[in-house]
Amino acid sequence: MRLGRVVGRVVATVRAADLDGEKLLVVQPLDSARRPMGATVVACDVAQSGPGDLVLWVGGREAALALPRTFVPVDATIVGHVEQAASAPAGS
Amino acid sequence: MQLARVIGPVVAPIAHPFLVGRKLLLVERLRPDGTRDPSAHHRVAIDTVGAGEGDVVLMLEEGNSARQLFDDAQAPVRSVLVGFVDEVELGGAITLRNEARRTGRTEATR
Repeated sequence: MRLGRVVGRVVATVRAADLDGEKLLVVQPLDSARRPMGATVVACDVAQSGPGDLVLWVGGREAALALPRTFVPVDATIVGHVEQAASAPAGS
Repeated sequence: MQLARVIGPVVAPIAHPFLVGRKLLLVERLRPDGTRDPSAHHRVAIDTVGAGEGDVVLMLEEGNSARQLFDDAQAPVRSVLVGFVDEVELGGAITLRNEARRTGRTEATR
């Protein structure tokens, strides 16, 4: 799992049938000091997240396993809403 | 498995049911010489060994093994702390020592 910040929502009306009903959010991956790192990803959500939230997300096969239907074409899912997290010193 | 150092706890009360009640730790991945690997993303890992801030740990980074560990075929998990690193020896020299564990600094955080 990695830390990320929800920066937006995605509306996609026409989509794979297995994705029906899944909320899609734009997540900016963060580094251990919570600075943006790398490209944004579009993720499903099982943790009631919204824009601005600090979240835990997983990529790869685990992303689909986190959803109620585990055989879905998904490669990123938000699995936790972070309330508190340690942070590395910004210079590290 | 990967070498990593624990930065500190992560608290996520709203989470996937598998994660609720699990101890989560923010870790940074290390090179064998003990320096942080700037090319590697941090991880939020599930702790199974009682690690605390500053500990150098072994991190499993493979989902199927992780799911076997928790005996749950549907667990959305990949990163698990599975051991403490006491030291790393490279070419005859000790390059990495778990100072936090050696000095007992982490006991209070367990």
